[in-house]
Formats: sequence, structure tokens, C-alpha cells
Amino acid sequence: MPKLTIDGTEIEVDAGLTVLQACELAGKEIPRFCYHERLSIAGNCRMCLVEMERAPKPIASCAMPIGEGMVIRTDTDTVKKARNGVMEFLLINHPLDCPICDQGGECDLQDQAMAYGFDRSRYQENKRAVEDKHMGPLIKTIMTRCIHCTRCVRFATEVAGVPELGLLGRGEKAEITTYLEKSLDSELSANVIDLCPVGALTSKPYAFVARPWELSKTESVDVLDAVGSAIRVDARGTEVLRILPRLNEPVNEEWLSDKGRYACDGLRRQRLDRPYVRRDGKLQPASWDEAFAAIRDRVQGVQGSRIAAIAGDQCDAESMLALKELMTRLGSPNVDCRQDGAKLNPAVRASYLLNSTIAGLEDIDAVLLVGTNPRWEAPLVNTRLRKAWLHNGLRAGIIGQQLDLTYPAEYLGAGPDTLTAVARSAHPFADTLRQADKAAIIVGMGALARPDGEAVLGTARDLAQAVGAVRQDWNGFNILHTAAARVGALDLGFVPGPSGRDTAQILSGASNGEIDVVYLLGADEIHHSHFGKAFVIYQGHHGDAGAHRADVILPGAAYTEKNGTYVNTEGRVQLGRRAAQPVGDAREDWTIIRALSDVLGQSIGFASLADVRKRLVEVNPVFDEVGEVTGAEWTDFGGGQVTDAPFELPIANYYQTDPISRASETMAACTRDFAQADTARTGTDG
Amino acid sequence: MNLHPANAEWTEFEFSAENLEKAKGYVARYPEGRQQSAVMPLLDLAQRQCGGWLPNVAVEYVASFLGMPKIRVLEVATFYSMYNQAPVGKNFVQLCRTTPCWLRGSNALRDTCLRETGCELGGTSADGLFTVVEVECLGACCNAPMVQINDDFYEDLTPESFANVLQALKRGEQPKTGSQAGRVGSEPVGGLTSLTQLEGAD
Amino acid sequence: MLKDQDRIFLNLYGQDDWRLAGARRRGIWDNTAQLIQMSREDIVAAIKESGLRGRGGAGFPTGLKWSFMPPEGERPSYLVVNADESEPGTCKDREILRYDPHVLLEGCVVAGRAMGAHTAYIYIRGEFYQESEHLEAAVAEAYDAGLLGKNACGSGWDFDIYVHRGAGAYICGEETALLESLEGKKGQPRLKPPFPAAVGVFGCPTTVNNVETIAVAPTILRRGGSWFAGLGRPNNTGTKVFCISGHVNNPCNVEEEMGIPLRELIEKHAGGVRGGWDNLLAVIPGGSSVPVLPKQICDEQLMDFDSLREVKSGLGTAAVIVMDKSTDIVEAIARLSHFYMHESCGQCTPCREGTGWMYRVMQRMVRGDAEVEEIDLLEQVTYQVEGHTICALGDAAAWPIQGLIRHFRPEIERRILDRKTHSVSTPMAAE
Repeated sequence: MPKLTIDGTEIEVDAGLTVLQACELAGKEIPRFCYHERLSIAGNCRMCLVEMERAPKPIASCAMPIGEGMVIRTDTDTVKKARNGVMEFLLINHPLDCPICDQGGECDLQDQAMAYGFDRSRYQENKRAVEDKHMGPLIKTIMTRCIHCTRCVRFATEVAGVPELGLLGRGEKAEITTYLEKSLDSELSANVIDLCPVGALTSKPYAFVARPWELSKTESVDVLDAVGSAIRVDARGTEVLRILPRLNEPVNEEWLSDKGRYACDGLRRQRLDRPYVRRDGKLQPASWDEAFAAIRDRVQGVQGSRIAAIAGDQCDAESMLALKELMTRLGSPNVDCRQDGAKLNPAVRASYLLNSTIAGLEDIDAVLLVGTNPRWEAPLVNTRLRKAWLHNGLRAGIIGQQLDLTYPAEYLGAGPDTLTAVARSAHPFADTLRQADKAAIIVGMGALARPDGEAVLGTARDLAQAVGAVRQDWNGFNILHTAAARVGALDLGFVPGPSGRDTAQILSGASNGEIDVVYLLGADEIHHSHFGKAFVIYQGHHGDAGAHRADVILPGAAYTEKNGTYVNTEGRVQLGRRAAQPVGDAREDWTIIRALSDVLGQSIGFASLADVRKRLVEVNPVFDEVGEVTGAEWTDFGGGQVTDAPFELPIANYYQTDPISRASETMAACTRDFAQADTARTGTDG
Repeated sequence: MNLHPANAEWTEFEFSAENLEKAKGYVARYPEGRQQSAVMPLLDLAQRQCGGWLPNVAVEYVASFLGMPKIRVLEVATFYSMYNQAPVGKNFVQLCRTTPCWLRGSNALRDTCLRETGCELGGTSADGLFTVVEVECLGACCNAPMVQINDDFYEDLTPESFANVLQALKRGEQPKTGSQAGRVGSEPVGGLTSLTQLEGAD
Repeated sequence: MLKDQDRIFLNLYGQDDWRLAGARRRGIWDNTAQLIQMSREDIVAAIKESGLRGRGGAGFPTGLKWSFMPPEGERPSYLVVNADESEPGTCKDREILRYDPHVLLEGCVVAGRAMGAHTAYIYIRGEFYQESEHLEAAVAEAYDAGLLGKNACGSGWDFDIYVHRGAGAYICGEETALLESLEGKKGQPRLKPPFPAAVGVFGCPTTVNNVETIAVAPTILRRGGSWFAGLGRPNNTGTKVFCISGHVNNPCNVEEEMGIPLRELIEKHAGGVRGGWDNLLAVIPGGSSVPVLPKQICDEQLMDFDSLREVKSGLGTAAVIVMDKSTDIVEAIARLSHFYMHESCGQCTPCREGTGWMYRVMQRMVRGDAEVEEIDLLEQVTYQVEGHTICALGDAAAWPIQGLIRHFRPEIERRILDRKTHSVSTPMAAE
């Protein structure tokens, strides 16, 4: 390990670091604007200048690799003068409009100007004005504020994989823009807002909404996909005003998908803020007592086998556990968490996890994607695959539909026949996988949510085995979920008990009169026409598909309004935290079920959240390992006969996939801008 | 970046057969997989084919020709001063304004030029014959003052000789390029001070 | 004065045929195989012995630079010739390119041999259109004659040369910006390290040399390093093409001995300063980037790297811009400030912001529309730019202004005070 001296103190650091990183390890704060750990080094802002012995000029510490015996000074007059000078240059054409800038209070330029700026301007000339650019419905631009650090350009090009941003022109006329001011077409576009060290790129939906110091900040997890990104929920009073990513290296690094960030305005619309009971064919507002009484009246005396429950895609484990316990007490084995009919079951945990782990996907050099579009289903899994392409030359193969993944991929075929061919080594891609150091198979719901899903699962398993993607030290068999609740639900066994009905059978039972009562816990992905004459209880937070058909509505809490446990697609148990109160009369979901169970005379007994969580751990010890991924045992699973039907993708529009995003105006704007643009392009405004 | 309205007249672009061959030749100058290197010569070809400027469709054509993102090509097209984002006149007059030419009278040439062409600086004449711009040093300082018109340098200019050049262009003639004072290159006027002993020494 | 038989560029003025036949008559391509068959080490040693320093402006020892190139390995090595001649005042490479292209091509082959490169790219500035045509024609002739390509000159050494035209960007004369441009990108200088000899064009070891540097190599090898080293002064050896422009009677390029007195250079070759030596105001001795020198320094000044450094200027590209007493010296420098503002690539902060600031203040200084204290401010700004940028363009923008303030501060002050007096006595008209 090279030794260097920083401000007179000797320090030993890992080879390959930069001087800036070494200085940080030595506890020296180095100001910077363009440098970012996760982006290539630009070295253009010149704020991080330090002195290096024997160098005639100050050096950009971000770009200088460390060397044995280097002597660095960060605290000299020369360094201070250099930084003051750079700061002055950055400010001469900066508008200094902090009072009306949304970045105010969380602005790198503002903060560093406090340390390195002069107290007045020596620049007597006219300031530069730059025209604002259109970048889409999420990114607001005030380009006069831009300091040309190019973080946004590098993010779009390197991480998001959409080389659409650039720096046009040159010199002081250089300007950041997208090509012809088209919207930045990425599911990760808004991360450039976080990266922008000034107020040039700010959040359009959040423009002029609040100041950072007015907000209460709560650390939580995202449930808009199954990645489980770490988020910070910023609320003022009862309103969630914005959601930002939080650092979590193994999961989302420091990024957040646009949906996870911006669907939050959907939390303010179409909310179920009080119970409803259907009377005379119409849903009428009711009190909790009336709603519970209506349920009691209908459920009492109904045989357990004629009652069913379906859990939705964004449910917390606590509420699903509570509901399962209630159903058990009511004598019903008819519970299911697989609204989409995915043929996954809890028997073998490795059969429903992304076993490689999200971060582990960075290390692979070959991947087979089966019935999945990771770019839409899990944008932050896709970034890992992109990294694998950038760093390891990942060779990707697709079975299903053609995709633009931001990295090259070979299209192998449409359905199970191709999968079978690869599994039997009758397709050349089998060799690609076999020859890889680390190969992965990623199976999506498009391959599993179909009648032959279990056979597909088995074939994929066989394939993984056959090509050596599963070994002692490596499990390359992966399921990519789209529902944040799904793995938790499988972990706690929210699936049909002995002779119980699954989703399809519940619906057919409802249609033919064999099921009398269906309890939908946040289940909104089933069309209302499927419930026949059954009595439908909907518990959830949005007036979406489920509530539309309900006979009784029990208003629950959205994920930002409750403390809940979620297990992400790799099996990582994570805690969401309450950032705001539930809306109106709504309540945290497990408490609703607990209260209902009392009314039904079938009390499930939990007195506190701690009680529910204790029970969760009893049901499955994985729930005790918060924050961790525990390896899942690899045994036999899957099997049956595949059909010829091609795989279809589970998501048709990335921006609207669940009750929250469907209620979001911002997501609707994105849908107009991006998702529908594909069809519009063939029209007149292409 | 505001697109020039003339872009509306360009709905498509592709290389002529001759330029296509040239373009392939340029690409072949660089190693396998490094075809992006040819973006500058290809933009130049496209600009020539479009009459001296780069409509957006041409930028996009070059991008797809080389498999480059469009924004990367536009970056190049806007970084280098020889690519024009707006149409130019038949004779694209670039007046050198930098110190060596200025010392030898470039201001007077500018006045002559504006008077003869009827252009404003940066503008195009009503007849479309001329576009006049001031540019930085063109690298013929020992033959200052000088002007570039399209691909040609006109050197050792005086207001009179420059007026003659412009008038010839107006008449549709091709004036003699290079020095307007009778020099071959950058040898001193009035007799060589070096390379004299070698003359005719075969 | 340099004797004609010690001149390298025998067709500098285009008096003779620039094509292959003419070149051969002048001794170019004469048994080049023998030079190529020298060992790498021997070529580098000869160049080192000659004391040749880079002719593009920075004056880095050429032999040393070549020696940084790694042995031939998996990655190919490249020679890149910097023919992006754009430094105001400089027009020497242009003459070589259009009137003596073969001397450059022959230089490429031997230099390529010395660095283990089988390919050279000549990056020629875009505005040099006719020059590029000559160059391309010369390359084609050389291929046809077997001087380039497989078994170049019958030496057993394969060597290819490709011409790459620029498109109008001074910054591409900076070697790493040039490499970016050669890769089809904006010409924005790279961060160093890594240096081009390790990671250059296409990620491969690369040496970038100026046209003149490469073009003198074959003659040095033929006549021996000691011959070249015997010309000029120690550490400032050999011949150099000087470009004399501005207020002289006969502006010209001329190949002279390093260390020639400035006055002799101007009077012998350029017909003297317009109006006589005493009419001289100042000289920019090495292209726009180097600080201006007032007459009193010019009187005795020698023209080489070290002599000019001693007077806080530089030899640069040896482009001598002469200004007589009629010159508005502030505007002369302000125009250079405009040049640097226009040519700043915009990548790094001090240059992008500082060049515009400096120009705008300079513009006011031309009119005297400033406060006297602003001269100090302007000078501080130049030091705030200098040494803080990725490449040397920031320095190049700062130095001319520093030179102006160093030597002509009274003139700037006079204008400011004049304007003040003037505006006090004249009632303000509605503007």
C-alpha cells in the first residue's frame, strides 16, 4: 500500500486511489463540483486543487492517481488562493438568485461559496444569460445557473446509458442540452437533479413547493418496484412533498428510479380517506363501525372455504400476516399474493429470489433474460447489468420480446421453445453461458405469470444447472419480481393452504358462486368483472380497481404512512417508516385487520407492531435479518410441460403500474411524454 | 439550441454516390471500431453537399452512418468553427481579425468587404452571393492581411486588391487565389535573403 | 547568418516543385531505408545528441520524448503529427505542408521507426484546405513510389500515413485535445496523467510532434546530431523557421539559426521595421501566447528558448509579431484576448470564465473606460487563470496581458486618466 504525506501526516492508502480520495481518508475535506464517485473523472471544475511537491502548479486532486512518497498539501495559501479564484470564476456568471432558487439550502455552490467566496463581486461586466432547455416533465432547467460540471452528461451517458445529454458549443458559450431539447428518455433521468451541484437542474414537479429546512425527513424504502431502493421521504405536515434516494450500496447505490421518486404526488390524489359501504348499489361513506358491521353481517355463518383473500403488490408484510392469521381463524385456506398468477411458491426460497443479489449482478459476464424487461421492471437492476457490460463485457441474451436495454443484447427467441433449446444446449447461447466466468439467468414475471409458469421455472432451473450458473460459490439463478410485496408474501406463506384456491381459482369460484366473500388487501390488478356476485372487501389506500368493485372499503395507509416490512427481489428484509399520517380516517393496515378480527369474534390478538413482527419471525426467521440477504438453499423445484405461447412482458407502461403511480399526475405526464411517444412517433408529430 | 428555420427545407439527407465513396474512404483511415474518428471529415462532406452548412438531417445522417449518438455528433458540429449551423452565401467570406492581420489593415478590408458585398458582419447579401464573418487567425500571418473565401486564401490584400477579388466573384469569375501582391509564398518581397545559393543548383 | 547548405527546408518559398520529383532533387527520400534500418536506440540517440527541442511551442526535448515510447507490444503505437498550426503569428508549418510535404512524410517514417509506430496521423488544421490537398497528393505519390505502405522505402518497415483535417479549433493544437479530436470528439484537452506515451490515441501509446520537429529529423540523421547541435547555442540548438509578421517592410518566413539576434532577424530578412528600428514599439517574439517585449529589450535580444525565458517571454513557435510606434498596443493585446476567449474549449472553469472576463476588461482598457485600480484587478485575474487550468490555453490567455501590464502600464493608465478628464470637460450626451 502506497504511503503518502498529506499536510504533514503520513498515511497509507490502497493503491489505485486518487489524491482526493486519499485526502478524504486523511480527514481533509476537498471541495469539488464536477467530481463524483460514481461517474468518470472530468477534472473540469478545478475546485479540488491541492499542492503536490515537485509539481510547478496546483494539481486537480480528483484526477491525480496517488503515488508512493507523494507529498500533498491542502492547507497552504496557494491552495486557498487557487480555490478562491476558481470560486470567483464560478460565481461571475452565476445569477446569485439563491432566494428564488429551489436548490437554496442544499446547494453545493452556495455552501462552498460560504467557505471560499469573496463577500462581494469584482466582476463589473454583464453576466451571461443562457436560455433554458426542455428536458422533459421531471427536470426543470435554469441554465444560467449551470457551472458546466458535466455531471449530468456523464450520468446520462455512463449510468443511465442514454447518451442524449451533451455540452454544445465551446468556451463561455458552451451549453448543456439534450439533443434538440427532447425529453431525457430514461427511467433514471431525475438523478441528474440530485447530481447537479447548483440549481441548473431542479425538480419540475417540486418547483417552488418547499424549502429543505421546512421538511421532516424520514428514511424509508421504495415500493414502486421490487428493488427496495432506500429513500428519504420529505414531508411537511401530513403531505409527502418529495422523495429522494438514500445511499444503500447493495441495493440502489445512491440512485432512484423516476417512478419511485415522482409517483408520490399520487399519494395526494384519489385517496380513500374514510370507510365506504355499498348501499343500494352505490358506495356510501360510512363509519368504521358501520363498515365492520357490514362485513360481520355478510361473513358471519359463511363457511371458511367460501371466503378468500388476495394480497396486492405493495402490501407490507405485517398486514399480510395479519390477514393470513384472520383467514386461518375464519377457516379459509383461500389466500394468494400472486395477483398476476405467477407460478411461484414458498417451498424453496431460492426458487423465487434474485439469488445473485443486485450488487452481485455487476460481476457477471453473461446473462439470459427470460420474459423480463429489467429496464422497466427494475431500472436499478438494469444499471447493474449495464455496469457488467461496461466492465466485464457482459453478453446478454433475450428470450421474450425485443428490448432496448441500454447495452447490447442478442435476441434469441420469443418463448419456451427457445428456453428449452438453450437448456438442452441446442442453442449456441448455451455455450456463451457455459463459458462465462459468472453467468446469470434472470426470469421475469412475463415467463412465470402464465399457466405453464412452473414448467418454465423448472426449465430455467435446469438451464442454470446445465450451464454452470449455479455452483458452490455462485448462484446465478434469479427471479426478478415487479411487486414490492411479493417476496415478503411468499416468505410468510401468503399462498393457498391445503386444498385452498389460488387467485385464478378464487376468481372462478367467485364467478360460479363457490366463493362468497373476497378480501382484497391492496389488490388492484384484477379486473372488477371477475368477481361475479361475491361480496368484495377492499382494504387499501387508493380508489383504484379494487375499490371500484368493493362492497365495503376499509381505508388503509400508503407506504409512506405506516411502519412496514418489505422484502425485495433478492430477499433483503427492509423496513419502511411512517413519514406522514394516514389520510383522513385511514389507519395502518395491520391495525384495521386486528380491529376487524375482534368484530368478527376471531381476534388475531396482536397488541402492537412489535407483536406482529415477533410473529413474523416465528413464521419465518428471515424476517429477523433486517437489512440482510441470507443465502437460500438450492434444491429441486419447478416442472411440467411448457407451451408454445411466447412470453409477454408484465409492464406495458413503466410510469403507471400500481394505484399510486396511476393516481400520479407526474406519472401521467411522463406517460404522455415517453410511453405514448413511441406510438406517436409514427404519427404526424414524429 | 435554436434550429435555423432553413432546416424546415431539409427533410432528408444522404450522401451522394461520390461522397458515399469518399466517406467510406475516410472511415477506412481509422482502426476497426474507431469509425467515430471519421465524424469530422464526414460532417465536412455533408456540409459541402448541403451548400456550406449543416442542416440537422445531415447531422443525424452522419450519426447513424457512424453509429454515434446524435448528441455526440451535434457536440462536434457545434464545437468546431468550420461547421455552419445556418445557411451561408455562395461565397463564404472569412475576414481574419486577429492581431497580425489587424496590424496590417484588416479593419480597412472589413470596410471594403461590407461595402462591396452589401452585407452586415455575420450576414448574407440579399442576392445570396456573400456571407461575411470575422474570424480568428487563419495562419497566414506573413501574408497579412488575408481573407478566406470558401476554401481559398487571398493574401497580401489591400482594400483595392480585395475589392477586385470581390468584384470578380460578383461577376462569377474565379479570381487568382493566394498572394495578391505577386508573391509565391511567404518569401520576402524584393528578393530572397536566403535559399539564394541553391537556386538552380541541381 | 545561417548558410544555405545548413538549411533544411529548401523549398520554403515554393520556388521549386513541391511534388515527389522536386523533393527527390532536393535530397528527400534519398536512401531513406538506411535511416529506417538504424536501430530505434540509435535514432533516438542521434536526436538527443542534436539537442532538438519541440518546434510547436513548448520546446520539450524531442529525443527524450521519443524515448518514452514503449517497446512494440500488443497495442500498436502511433505517431501523430500536429499540423494544426493556429497560434496567431505562426505560419511556418503551412509552408512546409504546401511546398515541402515530402520532407514531413520522410520525417514521419523515421520518427515512426524511432518510436516503434507503424502508423502516423497528420492532423492538419481545417482551414488549410489547399495545403491538405498538397499533403494528400504527396502521400499518394509516396505510396505509389513504395515509400509508404508495406515495406516502406524497401526498408522492411511497414508504415502508413493518414491525413486528418481539423475543422476550426485552436485548442486542437494542444496535444491531448488533438487526440480527442482525432477520435471524433470535441477537442477538449485530457487530464494528465496518463500521458499520451502511455495512453494516447485509441488508447494506445502515442507521440504528438509538431510538423517542423518531425520534418527536421531525416536531415539530422543524415548529417548527424552533432551537425545540428553545432548550430545555435547550447540547449538551444539547430535551425528554426521564424515567421516575421506585422510592421516590417517585408514580412516573411525564414529558416535561421537558433539564437539569432532579433534585430538581425528582422533587418536581414524582413527588410527592417517599418520606419526604421527606432520606430519599433514592441515585439511579440514567439506567437500570441508569449508576453510582449518593448523595444529596449528587443534591441539586444537573442531568439532562442532560454534567452527569451530570461526576459519573461518565450520562443514559442518563433512567430515574431512586430509592432511599430503607430500601434495601439492595448488593442493589439485585447484582440489576442478576444482570440483566447473565442478559442477556449469551455471545459474547465478558470479558462471558460476567465478568458471572457479578461477580454471584457481589456476591451474597456482600450477605450480607457476603467478605473486605474482595475489594472491590478485584471492582473490578478490573469494569475487566477494561470496555472489552474487543464491545459496551457489558460496560461496563454494570461501571459499577453501580463506582458502588457508589465511593460505598458503607463499607457493603460494614461487612457483611463485621459478619458476621465475628457468626460469631465464634455457634458454627457444622451447615448
